[in-house]
Amino acid sequence: MTTTVKKRAILDVELIRKDFPVLQLQRYGKPLVYLDNAATSQKPQAVIDALDTYYSSQNSNVHRGVHYLSETATRVYEEARIKVKHFINSPLSCQVIFTRGTTEGINLVAQTYGRKFIGQGDEIIISTMEHHSNIVPWQMLCEEKGAVLRVIPITDDGELMIEEYGKLLNKRTKLVAMGHVSNALGTINPVKQIIDMAHAFHVPVLVDGAQSVGHMHVDVQKLDCDFFVCSGHKMLGPTGIGVLYGKAEHLNAMPPFLGGGDMILSVTFEKTTYNSLPYKFEAGTPNIADAIGLGAAIDYLQQVGMDRIDAYEHELLVYGTDVLQNIDGLRMIGTAREKAAVLSFTLDSAHPHDIGQILDQEGIAIRAGHHCAQPVMQRFGVPATARASLAFYNTKEELDALGRALEKVNEVFA
Amino acid sequence: MESNRPLYEQVILEHNKSPRNFRTIPDATQKVNGYNPLCGDQLTIYAKMDGDRIDDISFQGCGCAISKSSASLMTTLLKGKTRKEAEELFVKFHTMVTSAPDAPVDKGDLGKLMVFSGVREFPVRIKCATLAWHTMLSLLDKKTEPVSTE
Repeated sequence: MTTTVKKRAILDVELIRKDFPVLQLQRYGKPLVYLDNAATSQKPQAVIDALDTYYSSQNSNVHRGVHYLSETATRVYEEARIKVKHFINSPLSCQVIFTRGTTEGINLVAQTYGRKFIGQGDEIIISTMEHHSNIVPWQMLCEEKGAVLRVIPITDDGELMIEEYGKLLNKRTKLVAMGHVSNALGTINPVKQIIDMAHAFHVPVLVDGAQSVGHMHVDVQKLDCDFFVCSGHKMLGPTGIGVLYGKAEHLNAMPPFLGGGDMILSVTFEKTTYNSLPYKFEAGTPNIADAIGLGAAIDYLQQVGMDRIDAYEHELLVYGTDVLQNIDGLRMIGTAREKAAVLSFTLDSAHPHDIGQILDQEGIAIRAGHHCAQPVMQRFGVPATARASLAFYNTKEELDALGRALEKVNEVFA
Repeated sequence: MESNRPLYEQVILEHNKSPRNFRTIPDATQKVNGYNPLCGDQLTIYAKMDGDRIDDISFQGCGCAISKSSASLMTTLLKGKTRKEAEELFVKFHTMVTSAPDAPVDKGDLGKLMVFSGVREFPVRIKCATLAWHTMLSLLDKKTEPVSTE
């Protein structure tokens, strides 16, 4: 009883759920239980409306236009950048670069900062629990430059071995790239500590915030990270929009990523002068509508309150962990002390794919597979896991439904 | 309606639990690995060929109920068959699981394999059902490189 009262006091979930059209859907005549939030979040009506408003009454290309619509589009696009700046506490809005998503942000840094400052024999440190998008761009860079990728091992609970990280840092280390929260395990990494340790060696750190930014308060200045990348669609925003934050000293020193319109000040066939930040990294017509949609998502998140979201999701994690621990033959993958609301598991009775299929028929959406983190699967000796990942619009009743559906999986495959 | 029966037929569940020919063949004339990188399924098909005839066929590996039971049923059906017969059965099976959910199926041709007709309703599971079969086909072609669904 007390927990219910506390939940109501923190967040009015029933009211919040009404803002999300997808959450009103049914599957096989049962209410849809959406537990695949680490893959992508659902969108509140406010975000859908922002896209609609833009295309219905503001659509134009941004910058340089002298007509009304272009001025309006430019204003709302740049307002979205300012919203991001405040949301992650970037010192200046010009340090907020719009990308297609986390993957593009990481590739941008690898292909510009990396290609300029990382060379033969240099070392890049990542961890075992990275998403493929924070592994492959660095492998590509290492292959091109003859640099070496070093990997921090993790414990059986899915926690970083910090002392091993300390041993990997040395004067050849040129960059550390680290997930803030593991999508496959839920582990919240001690990024502040990781950054401080790297900075002692004058090594910059990129934080992959794809799984953190819509779920907890993020302050890039407090973290003192050199780069922070995230995706709009995992934080209630549209797909196809993301953010790269960087320290100005790095962004200014980096060559452009893509060449084209908007990223230049002047062009002659003899010499092109690049534009200033952030436009140097935003070649071509940007994704105006989705940036505006991301701005609306941030407004929504801030209305609910990041601290309240964080607290409520933690409550869900504790409750969900309890529910799952009562299921026969269930093995939790990822039991870190500091965890986000991600429940990754296997069942003795059934393959994750079969779990996902039976759950779908109960109206429950989870993900089954390697979650683009094959090294994590190898570390835990499993081909795949089933993963329920939560958001602040999920409820304890939905977690009870998950528990009942998993009992059913056990019955079917008994 | 028991909602999960169309896919998880009793025969599938039973073969998943007790797969047939789930072993290696020490004196196999051929073996080929098959992978489904998307779901992490991997299996190895072993065969002992007597000229053009499949004297013995078996499999090992890990995967979901669909891929495991499909491999299991396949081995029971192919033992003693000629290469041509195996290829013909592949075509029939493949045609069936990739056909539209409401397309007519020749039950006489497919026999026990009919239990996989439910897969047609779930397009993402087609690769699970066909992994063993593609791997087997590659084995008959005397190929040795791994088969991947991607």
